[in-house]
Amino acid sequence: MLELKDINFQVEEDAKDKEILKHIDLTIEDGFVAITGPNGGGKSTLAKVIAGVIKPTSGRIIFDGTDITDMTITERAQAGISFAFQQPVRFKGLTVFDLIKLAHGTDLSLSEACTFLSDVGLCARDYVNREVNASLSGGELKRIEIAMIIARGTKLSIFDEPEAGIDLWSFNNLIRVFENMQEKTHGSIIIISHQERILNIADRIIVLANGEVANQGTRDEILPTLLDSEAACSVIMEKLAP
Amino acid sequence: MDKALQQHMLEQIADLHERPVGAFNLRADGVSVERQTTANIDIVTKKDKPGIDIIIAPGTKNEGVHIPVILAQAGLKDMVYNDFFVGEGADVTIVAGCGISCMGEEPMQHDGIHSFHIGKDAKVRYVEKHYAEGAGSGDRILNPVTIVEIDEGGYMEMETTQIRGVSSTVRDTSAKLGDGATLIIKEKIMTDGDQTAETNFQVDLDGAGSTADVVSRSVAKGTSYQVFNSHIHGNNECYGHTECDAILMEDGRVNAIPSLEANCIDASLIHEAAIGKIAGEQIIKLMTLGLTEEEAEEQIVNGFLK
Repeated sequence: MLELKDINFQVEEDAKDKEILKHIDLTIEDGFVAITGPNGGGKSTLAKVIAGVIKPTSGRIIFDGTDITDMTITERAQAGISFAFQQPVRFKGLTVFDLIKLAHGTDLSLSEACTFLSDVGLCARDYVNREVNASLSGGELKRIEIAMIIARGTKLSIFDEPEAGIDLWSFNNLIRVFENMQEKTHGSIIIISHQERILNIADRIIVLANGEVANQGTRDEILPTLLDSEAACSVIMEKLAP
Repeated sequence: MDKALQQHMLEQIADLHERPVGAFNLRADGVSVERQTTANIDIVTKKDKPGIDIIIAPGTKNEGVHIPVILAQAGLKDMVYNDFFVGEGADVTIVAGCGISCMGEEPMQHDGIHSFHIGKDAKVRYVEKHYAEGAGSGDRILNPVTIVEIDEGGYMEMETTQIRGVSSTVRDTSAKLGDGATLIIKEKIMTDGDQTAETNFQVDLDGAGSTADVVSRSVAKGTSYQVFNSHIHGNNECYGHTECDAILMEDGRVNAIPSLEANCIDASLIHEAAIGKIAGEQIIKLMTLGLTEEEAEEQIVNGFLK
């Protein structure tokens, strides 16, 4: 279980303080939690705050009863938090196998690593020894990123827009990946997404807008409001905009 | 030379744990101490200057030649000329390498001048590793010179690595390629402390349909300084590519000067150079997998130089 207590995050912009996150109070139980809302609403920043990539200006983060606010990225990862980036990182020289091994944390056979790749719909034989460099497409990188999270198998996994760029692979498979993960880890999966099909599998939905929690509740409570509301409209318009 | 030290150095520079199968010449402290030839590969001591001729018969397939050099005698300055004659249609692997074990205060130096004459349609994989160690304060200097001529349809792949311990190096490589010949060079260098490394590649693509791919990856740590010069001359219908990719750490410095000269309308030449510190997002990604910052850097550097 993850608790965010009065999380604030400010940056200085043009000599003025800009509030990116404002008084975020959230309790995230085990299960699927989707975070949605308009672009620029603070979703990715919140994910980075949880993973330790960004230190909040104030507030506390409690993970399974432990205050992790002052922990480094490494310590949080070791405590059981995984974070799939919105834009995965390329590494010259490191192979897909290298990254899966590092993610898993212990020595791993080639065939075990291949299972994780098959889970995300990549033909393992073609990918496992490839360098994670510019030769891989954005969609391929996204799936490798997800495979790394599966290989970690931690209590809490955060995915920042996992569906982006994976159009060639079906949504159903992506959803199955999340369901299998949940089955294995019995933990929390936080998914930042605009996609109705992903919101549809969420146990709870949090709407973040202008750095604040605009709404939260069960899927059945939140989804209908999103679909008719102005907020949903603006999300759709932003997505459709060139 | 102490046998244990000799064995240790051979492992470092050539991954040799025992005497290899195939042709072999070990030079230790300036003299040839062991030699082995095969039916297809002869090794002959030069009469006019220090060094050996390695003569590989036409059509020799799947054979290897090892010619390691080791220096442990304090203050030794060694210079050697090795000529490789690779016969038409041969397909061989040549492993050279030089290791210096420095226990004294005087500088130690090995300059190896390697000339390759690669026959028509012959294929050579050349692996060269340079390494130095020891508690001594003397400079460890390695200045390899590699001169390559590749005949029609010939192919050479050169992997040259210098990862540790060499105080100063100037590495000169020049090549001339005939019709349809191919040259692939993969250089890996890491310098630390106040070490310096200068690399000079000059490739003349003289033949029609000749191809060269010269790629260097390096890491400069401490206050070390590297210079990378790479010149490709396209003198015919040809394809040439040169790339220098360098990671800076601490106060390391790198000067990359790739240059291309096209002397033929059908020459196609590309150069790329990128120098910079490790991207912060790479370190962060590996930290989110549970590695510390130091472990993340180590993984990135090891992968980069793999």
